[in-house]
Amino acid sequence: MVYVGPAVILGVLWTCPPSHPSPTYGIKGYKTDNVNSRALIGQKKCFSRPRAVNVDLQTDATLQVDISDALSERDKVKFTVHTKSSLPNFKLNEFSVVRQHEEFIWLHDSFVENEEYAGYIIPPAPPRPDFDASREKLQKLGEGEGSMTKEEFTKMKQELEAEYLAIFKKTVAMHEVFLCRVAAHPVLRKDLNFHVFLEYNQDLSVRGKNKKEKLEDFFKNVVKSADGVLVAGVKDVDDFFEHEKTFLLEYHNRVKDASAKSDRMIRSHKNAADDINRIASSLYTLGTQDTTELCKFFLKVSELFEKTRKVESRVAADEDLKLSDLLKYYLRESQAAKDLLYRRSRSLVDYENANKALDKARSKNRDVLQAETSQQICCHKFEKISESAKQELIDFKTRRVAAFRKNLVELAELELKHAKGNLQLLQSCLGFMKTNT
Amino acid sequence: MADTDREDEELFTEPSGTQSQPASLSTEDVSANTNGPNQDALFDDDPEDLFAEATEEVSLDSPERDILLSDGPSPAITPITPPTSVIAPRIGHTHDDMFTHSSFDEIEEEEVDDSFDINISVSDPEKVGDGMNAYMAYKVTTKTSMSLFKQREFSVKRRFSDFLGLHSKLASKYLHVGYIVPPAPEKSIVGMTKVKVGKEDQSSNEFVEKRRSALERYLMRTVKHHILLKDPDVLQFLESSELPRAVSTQALSSAGLLRMVNKAADAVNKMTIKMNESDAWFEEKQQHFESLDVQLRKLHISVESLVCHRKELSVNTAQFAKSAAMLGNSEDHTALSRALSQLAEVEEKMDQLHQDQANADFYLFSELLGDYVRLLAAVKGVFDHRIKTWQKWQDSQILLQKKREAEAKLQFTNKSDKLQQAKDEIKDEIEEMEGRVQQDERDFEQISRTIRKEVGRFEKERVKDFKTSIIKYLESLVLTQQQLIKYWEAFLPEAKAIS
Repeated sequence: MVYVGPAVILGVLWTCPPSHPSPTYGIKGYKTDNVNSRALIGQKKCFSRPRAVNVDLQTDATLQVDISDALSERDKVKFTVHTKSSLPNFKLNEFSVVRQHEEFIWLHDSFVENEEYAGYIIPPAPPRPDFDASREKLQKLGEGEGSMTKEEFTKMKQELEAEYLAIFKKTVAMHEVFLCRVAAHPVLRKDLNFHVFLEYNQDLSVRGKNKKEKLEDFFKNVVKSADGVLVAGVKDVDDFFEHEKTFLLEYHNRVKDASAKSDRMIRSHKNAADDINRIASSLYTLGTQDTTELCKFFLKVSELFEKTRKVESRVAADEDLKLSDLLKYYLRESQAAKDLLYRRSRSLVDYENANKALDKARSKNRDVLQAETSQQICCHKFEKISESAKQELIDFKTRRVAAFRKNLVELAELELKHAKGNLQLLQSCLGFMKTNT
Repeated sequence: MADTDREDEELFTEPSGTQSQPASLSTEDVSANTNGPNQDALFDDDPEDLFAEATEEVSLDSPERDILLSDGPSPAITPITPPTSVIAPRIGHTHDDMFTHSSFDEIEEEEVDDSFDINISVSDPEKVGDGMNAYMAYKVTTKTSMSLFKQREFSVKRRFSDFLGLHSKLASKYLHVGYIVPPAPEKSIVGMTKVKVGKEDQSSNEFVEKRRSALERYLMRTVKHHILLKDPDVLQFLESSELPRAVSTQALSSAGLLRMVNKAADAVNKMTIKMNESDAWFEEKQQHFESLDVQLRKLHISVESLVCHRKELSVNTAQFAKSAAMLGNSEDHTALSRALSQLAEVEEKMDQLHQDQANADFYLFSELLGDYVRLLAAVKGVFDHRIKTWQKWQDSQILLQKKREAEAKLQFTNKSDKLQQAKDEIKDEIEEMEGRVQQDERDFEQISRTIRKEVGRFEKERVKDFKTSIIKYLESLVLTQQQLIKYWEAFLPEAKAIS
């Protein structure tokens, strides 16, 4: 029996008449509004979404995207993507569609494969919603129901449900962040596929990759990484890019390590909080059964531990949000930046090869025109990529610094808040106990 | 001063004693021979005289002395009747039999007058010897103002088997009459082997510290018991610099094997004895202790798990700190880089904090629970002894009945020649049995009384113990949170300074 997770909200499906987006995009400058898109259609508030990663979005009224609802089903999650836009190419000013994870991936991949976007950092795809661990735990709980008391069972069930909900919120947030990043990017927001994604209210019929395609992907990746190594060896003339390359390589590895270690640390923290929960229950039983004056004592301590354990759980959850998620996100972003540098290096190598070919053609005086055109193309491509890449990387740094700042400050503030809360609980309990002995 | 001291100090009774003691043991003779001439020296406050005593102590290993202090190889062999005669001379001249009701009350009054002021610490573990014969010697320091002791502050060196020896002696003397004797810390072959082999690493240090703390708690619990405190074995343990080696505590000695056999026999007996409980109090208490045992075990497991996870957390935090530092190094934005390094420092401090908290979790909470689980086993043992005593009484009653039946049968035989002799024999036997039955009944009542008092004392101790320990534990938690606040408050401006 697979435990079906709590359905957070039933999505409201908007049935817009099918529209065909016209390819005329308005090119408008955008204001710097710093509005975090958070519109809710007037139904009951689904949940307060933790803003996992603030990417300092500069959205404006012309295009605001968010995920207003989400529905968790047996093995998939249905996101309701809500758009508010004043752009002329959309039929309505406000509309929603239901999308699944695979469709997000399809969108991301279409960006990656698009040559036009070679010079941009493609916002990293959101990770697949993974409820397996949580579902397993719920199932185990169901099986072990007979071996624990009713109170224990309800308590553990509540906890696991809370955990499930937390994971759920996180995955919604990550999908949302992806869309917001795309919407905030001056070029990507105009992408046709993106508009189709936002507006087309039928199923995009995007199937997940079958085995053959996955194998192709695998080979592509192998080739790419081998190529990447070759290309990375090419020393760049431009100091800026040379520096960025070394920096990103090292940074990416260290973020990966930090992210893994932070996950382990937080997991230990959660385990300790769980133990305190069990201790509180045991103390409660002791308190109700004891015949001496210890019974009052035990009950008070049990109460205290119940409260402190909730605080500890929240500390672990906040650390997860502000630290772990931050690191994970920048792991993916730094990979995307690395990919950009790779594409640029690739185009540089192509350019240099075209130059050599041109020289050869000139010396042999054969196919010169062809070689010239091809060289022109390569040159143009390279310069285009270089130019946009430079800006992208600078933006990346700004975004990164801002995100870290925000999250570290919030982390410290939350740690302080919880520690002070804990302290107060402990001190009041101690005070009570010392006066009553 | 000398006279009053002498009255209290059983070990060194005045040779010219006027008391009439049971003939079996001649303590006075022993003391006269060895201690008489030097008694004045003993009451000197000169600490050097500790060693002056030592020479006396060594000579106290005369055979008579041995009987006094150690009751043979195995505590579990038979309920020993010698205690009545062994202990009596020690408590004081005025008491003939410690176990008469009146003397018992007098002892308690004594206890109330003599305020309990004794503090024992176990410290300075030192490795003595090498290889497999090596052992840890611990310094046992006693600080007291009680007149029971010759000095206010003194210390001796003891090894683990000495503690076990002390416990086995006390158990053999007191457990079967209903006193809850605190159990000694458990042996650990693995732990000790590591120490012997000479591994100077974290885990063997932890093991030694665990053991040291356990030994300290054990001694404090023992002396808190007003009867045990006055026991000469305990006094000798605390005071004399040389102690005969307790070989019978070794697991694989003949004594050890005998113990194991007896334990098994006891277990079988327990299952077959069905007692008619006339006193509901005992049944109620037994049930109470049983459920307490179950609950404490459960709690203990949870606390041990907490200790484990907190240690894990500490390790993982340290690793994350290193990782964050590396990340800070590779970050090329200066302010962010600095902030990340600061974060790494905070996490490092947290690692130490978690480590300290895990230790507090262990020593203040987990070990308390472990001690009480073991104590409850001793309590159960005492209740079981009561049942055995009852069984003994029942058995002698049955035997008496049989003898009476045999006597009655004799009345109806016709053999006249042996009749009178047989009748006389039977009459004597019956008389003896009647005496035995009475004694057994008295024993049973005595042990029941003792257990009632002991349970009262135990519960009082338990309440005090738990309250003190848990309050200390909560204080440790408070300290941790205060430190946390300090660290994060120091970090916050650094994080805000990122621009």
